[in-house]
Amino acid sequence: MTLLRVENLSLNIGQTPILHDVSLTLYAGQIAGVIGESGSGKSMTAYAITQLLPPRSVTTGAVHLDKTDILTASETDMCALRGNDVSMIFQEPMTALNPVKTIGDQVAEAILIHENVPKAEAMARARAALDRVELPADRFPLTRYPHEMSGGQRQRVCIAMAIALRPKLLIADEPTTALDVTTQAGILTLLTRLVREDGMGLLMITHDLAVVHDMADHIYIMQKGRVVESGATEHLFNHMQHPYSKALLAASTHQPDRAAGAQETPLLTVNNVTRDYTPPRTKLWSKPGLFRAVNGVSFTLRKGESLGLVGESGCGKSTLTRAILGLEEIQGGEILLGGEPVFTGKHPNRAVRRKMQVVFQDPYGSFNPRHKVSRLVSEPFHLLDTRPADVTAQVAEALTAVGLTPEDADKYPHEFSGGQRQRIAIARALIIRPELIILDEAVSALDVSIRAQILDLLAELSRTHGLTYLFISHDLSVVRSITDRVLVMKAGKIVEQGPTSRVFDSPDHDYTRSLIAAAPKLPEKQSA
Amino acid sequence: MLTSKNLILGALLTAFFTALALISFLYTPHDHTTVDIVNKLKKPLSEGYLLGTDHFGRDILSMIMVGARTSIAVAVVAVGIGMIAGVPLGLTAAANRGGPLDEVIMRTNDLVFAFPSLVIAILITAIFGPSALNAIIAIGIFNIPVFARLTRGAALSLWQRDYILAARVAGKGPARISMEHILPNVANLLIVQGTIQFSLGILAEAGLSYVGLGAQPPTPSWGRMLADSQTMISFAPHMALFPGLAIVFTVLGLNLLGDGLRDLLDPRIRRDAR
Repeated sequence: MTLLRVENLSLNIGQTPILHDVSLTLYAGQIAGVIGESGSGKSMTAYAITQLLPPRSVTTGAVHLDKTDILTASETDMCALRGNDVSMIFQEPMTALNPVKTIGDQVAEAILIHENVPKAEAMARARAALDRVELPADRFPLTRYPHEMSGGQRQRVCIAMAIALRPKLLIADEPTTALDVTTQAGILTLLTRLVREDGMGLLMITHDLAVVHDMADHIYIMQKGRVVESGATEHLFNHMQHPYSKALLAASTHQPDRAAGAQETPLLTVNNVTRDYTPPRTKLWSKPGLFRAVNGVSFTLRKGESLGLVGESGCGKSTLTRAILGLEEIQGGEILLGGEPVFTGKHPNRAVRRKMQVVFQDPYGSFNPRHKVSRLVSEPFHLLDTRPADVTAQVAEALTAVGLTPEDADKYPHEFSGGQRQRIAIARALIIRPELIILDEAVSALDVSIRAQILDLLAELSRTHGLTYLFISHDLSVVRSITDRVLVMKAGKIVEQGPTSRVFDSPDHDYTRSLIAAAPKLPEKQSA
Repeated sequence: MLTSKNLILGALLTAFFTALALISFLYTPHDHTTVDIVNKLKKPLSEGYLLGTDHFGRDILSMIMVGARTSIAVAVVAVGIGMIAGVPLGLTAAANRGGPLDEVIMRTNDLVFAFPSLVIAILITAIFGPSALNAIIAIGIFNIPVFARLTRGAALSLWQRDYILAARVAGKGPARISMEHILPNVANLLIVQGTIQFSLGILAEAGLSYVGLGAQPPTPSWGRMLADSQTMISFAPHMALFPGLAIVFTVLGLNLLGDGLRDLLDPRIRRDAR
């Protein structure tokens, strides 16, 4: 049975065309994946279906949900429809829930808006909805608050709110992008189960081909507001026609061309490092607690090597990064870079710090929006005792090395795209010619095609500049493609380490096995 | 758009009163201190006296023009004291977040906040004698915690940004980071809060002068003009009306300007930041 039929949907916001002739069909009990990179119009398609569009939007074409013609329906009718027949789940579970209301109240509220039932009955149905998303009553009573739950659990609450009224259509906009791999696998299984049980239609919007490959029945690939290719999942992956789809698949499984340049000399030695935090007291007179974020971690990073550090959020990898960078004092063990400690006494060692730089995840947050690129890129010169005379020339050189032009030095960061900003961040890391660059989730926020370019750039820079990388990521496929060796970290400890291919092909530790099993997989390359 | 209309109206009102104050240095219709009993209590729009005269025959328009000088000077210096002392305190507290210095600064702030400002102002003038200077100091002291708290709050969230981390990796210390990265990014907020504190300063000066603790005669002040008028309000309402309107419109103008600036400078509204 056809549940949702979108025919030649076009959308303009003011004078700007957003969508062109988008057509898609979704059957009850099925999952349609809508794939695209940022700016492809995939989220706007979802907002057009729910008519939650920004002001000055003009839509043409037709959207039929069951028997309702959505584009001509009044706002009153749409309010009745939203939440009742159509529900949505969003990307960020941390902000999607109201922090001052209990989860029971929030799920019950979704019911009370649409149905005139007593509060007690709404609460009973909220309980049933939470049970269905596998949040059992004994561990997750209705009186829980969102801050007492993890990201994955909060996303389950959001799903419970969305399915409490048994909608016909569920729209999920990047529902697992903000989650760890094992959590993501759980949420995807849950969504698939709910779709099959309730016979609802799921429109799954994501940038990740691997996620939809595992679960969708039908796939629509979007680029610049158009559906460029669509088809049943297996058929589409086996017979890809459109160059963009092929490029997208190639980028997702991109393998940068790397030269094995590891030497025997150790560059970074982390020896039995411990980092403790004192969490805030829960009671006035209680003894201050101790939280060991990094617990006895040891490893060696050789010159020219690319080492991966894999682990889920909260495992201590960011804390370890800060300790290596000399930003925080460690409580035990030692960190040596080129044989010298990064932290001597109470102060970080400037001479050692010059040899390392860092690139962060968020290409939007890593620059002061009020400074020009030239000033941003030259900031690490502060580590030198005297500022070099030819700063402009060196900035130009660093920008050229990362594939930008010297003229870009005069621009502000907001004039660049996410991928370009990440190039600027790499230029900033390169400028004082460090030996070690720490990449903290440096490609996680980027679209797949941009990510492939940045990985290529990193591989090339490692060859030309003799760089050593410590690559920190939760994304296993990226780590696999760019590292020689990998460390797996869990709860402050390194649970497994070894050459990347060995760890991925025959993991020793149960945790590594569960991580690898949870990662969504793409089919092996058909005909490259 | 409504907000930009507000901004323009606020800017116009503020500019008008600033212009009045500036012109008063060069020209006033009459000397604001000349007592002229023959022409006392003239109604507005009478010959030579646009807004009438008071019970000593002084020209009300001239007094309002010179009074604007007093009000603006008091408010400017008071906001200046608040910013010069409060902003560094807030930046220091944020740079030492969670540490003992942060606690000391913020708890002292709380202490100053805990006193009703007008009572302390009265106390200061009672000890050092009433004068415009003491009014300025009294109002200025209470601006310090306002700016310190605002700066600290905004700076705290900035300290979590990646670009601050990048600056620390580049070996910059807290003082340098505060000046180079934090201060420029909280400047918007400070400008907006500055205009609002400015209007509160004008109100506070009027209030202190009204109870006789602000600028002393013969320096004209809007607050004291109101106080002088109250016994004559039944037969000379214009004596209360014009200084009252001057206060209302100046404060209104500054508040509209502050709101408008907030909308203009807020990066969440100014979308080009992305």
